[in-house]
Amino acid sequence: MKQTCLINTQEHEKPTLPSLCGEGSGERSLQMRAIIISMFCIVCTTGLFAQDANKLLADIDKNMSASSRIVESTMVVHGKRNDRTMSSKSYSIGMSKSFSEYLSPAREKGTKMLKLNREMWMYSPSTDRTIMISGHMLRQSVMGSDLSYEDMMDDRKLSEIYTPKVVGEETYEGQKCYLLELTAKVEDAAYHSQKLWVDAEKTIPLKQELYAKSGQLLKRITLSDIKKVQNRWYPMKMNYKDMLKDGKGTDLIITHIEFDKPIPDYIFSKASLKQ
Amino acid sequence: MLLLRTAFKNILGGGKRTWLNVTVLSFTFVIMVAYNGILDGFLEEARRETQRWETGAGQIQHPEYDRYDMFTLQDAHGVAPLSLQTYLADKSMTPILILQAAIYPQGRFQNILLKGIDAGQNILELPTAKLRHTGTEIPVIIGQRMAGLADLKEGDRVMLRWRDKQGVFDAQEIVIAAVFKTKTTTVDAGQMWINITDLYAMTGMQDEATYLVKSENCPVVSDIDNWSYKDLKYLLADIDLMAKSNQTESFIIFAILLAIALLAVFDTQMLSIFRRQKEIGTYVALGMTPKRVSGLFTLEGTSYSILAVLMAAVWGTPLLYLFAQTGMKMPEVYADMGMGMSDAIYPAYHVSSIMTSIIVIVVLSAIISYLPARRIAKQNIVFALKGKIN
Repeated sequence: MKQTCLINTQEHEKPTLPSLCGEGSGERSLQMRAIIISMFCIVCTTGLFAQDANKLLADIDKNMSASSRIVESTMVVHGKRNDRTMSSKSYSIGMSKSFSEYLSPAREKGTKMLKLNREMWMYSPSTDRTIMISGHMLRQSVMGSDLSYEDMMDDRKLSEIYTPKVVGEETYEGQKCYLLELTAKVEDAAYHSQKLWVDAEKTIPLKQELYAKSGQLLKRITLSDIKKVQNRWYPMKMNYKDMLKDGKGTDLIITHIEFDKPIPDYIFSKASLKQ
Repeated sequence: MLLLRTAFKNILGGGKRTWLNVTVLSFTFVIMVAYNGILDGFLEEARRETQRWETGAGQIQHPEYDRYDMFTLQDAHGVAPLSLQTYLADKSMTPILILQAAIYPQGRFQNILLKGIDAGQNILELPTAKLRHTGTEIPVIIGQRMAGLADLKEGDRVMLRWRDKQGVFDAQEIVIAAVFKTKTTTVDAGQMWINITDLYAMTGMQDEATYLVKSENCPVVSDIDNWSYKDLKYLLADIDLMAKSNQTESFIIFAILLAIALLAVFDTQMLSIFRRQKEIGTYVALGMTPKRVSGLFTLEGTSYSILAVLMAAVWGTPLLYLFAQTGMKMPEVYADMGMGMSDAIYPAYHVSSIMTSIIVIVVLSAIISYLPARRIAKQNIVFALKGKIN
């Protein structure tokens, strides 16, 4: 930053064409000074904002990410005519290992899914068979909802994928929020950019908009019912809405969640699918 | 010759009974020819249409590509081997790049296959010239079935969502440049065709392909650098499989029809032997061996089928010709079945198929006539003269 100022000052001290001409040189010199000071302020402010944005994103990650989690949840898929509700319990370690079991409705009860890296297995109690599903299946919708398996299992920290920028402040749902713009810094981010409305007090996003490379809004996630769980703020209700599709989206309601709890290895084995 | 003349004289003397048998057999024969004609016509058209719209003269497929496994698509793309670039340049081969994508017609979500093809290709019948554009709006072409499924028509705009090479989502509105009509469902239902240059730009998969379609002029007939060559036998295997299953089906139908017709012949033969016992004895007394007599009766039975073929030729030929011209209209629901199923099936009559039908009818008639006639050869001549054949 200092370097920038020095260069600018040196440039200012050079005899300019108007100053050599004599008339109006003092006025122009003042203008130049004002420009330099403004530029200095912009650069400094941007630096500070960037620092704040990174800190903000790190705080969000602290709240939202965990090394492991055990979640009991209910998913409500809002259809055109009726809603479908299903509950499940899932265990996950980072993005690589995940195991979930459907608890209801009766038709889905006992269906288990195991994901290890890019491979996935599904056990269906009605056929008593385990089917291996290719990793590409992860991009498909979960039980007809607005969520893909990838959406559910992606637990990479936002700070690892995106470069943040605070673009303003807004009041959302009565809460003071920072408006955070994220742009992908890695090539394999599913969404090229995101917009986050972050609760200034709890540093948790209350609304998240996910954009395509073209800038088209693809998905909106509304997070609510923020509760304190193990010294962190966490949204207990999330609504995923595919913005290109009609409908009210899919609600994911967390009934119980535990973070950073050791999960035994046998859970993430194919043997546990049939148990 | 004398035996044949006698046989014909005898059966013509049979009157109405003979003509009834001949009519039933000729009816069976015409049905057999017509049915085989429909099957052959359908399969020939399916093969021809599939080649014109989908397979070309063969394909060179990416090592990861499995046309029966949609999940292979994500990894089944790459730059074609260097040795094939000459054929791509002279357009005797055209690349096809397939991607999974989604469209949102009228706010509904629909998974599709997005297929990139060279707008200037002339190997397949697809109207790819419509994919050329100068503006920013991306045109696509779809088949009639796809248009029906997604409720889209020419000029409509629809949001398309896809993932690029790295898996990053992207979305853009596309315009339906043309809706084509094809009998080959495998290039129509659930898919959209886009200019491959646009697809390269959209995905970053520059110069990549899932498979290459070759024209008749392309000499490649073997695997190249792990890219596997698929000939028409492989690519049209589904149609051949269908032909095989139809053969079983037609065998059952023919068996039933022939059983009915030949039962009448068998019945007539049994009755003849019973009613013409003294005649048989006289033949033997006049010097014919019992074997020759049973041969005469077998020939009589076989003559029914020969007369039936002649009769069928008289009334069946104009009828089958007319049928070949008008074709057999298919209900609309069959049009979605694929495999080149069109709105009408035009039968194709092959000499080999007609000859097979003739041989089957004549041989079976001979066998069915021989079965009761063979008893004559085993009879005592004295008993035969007395008309006491058991």
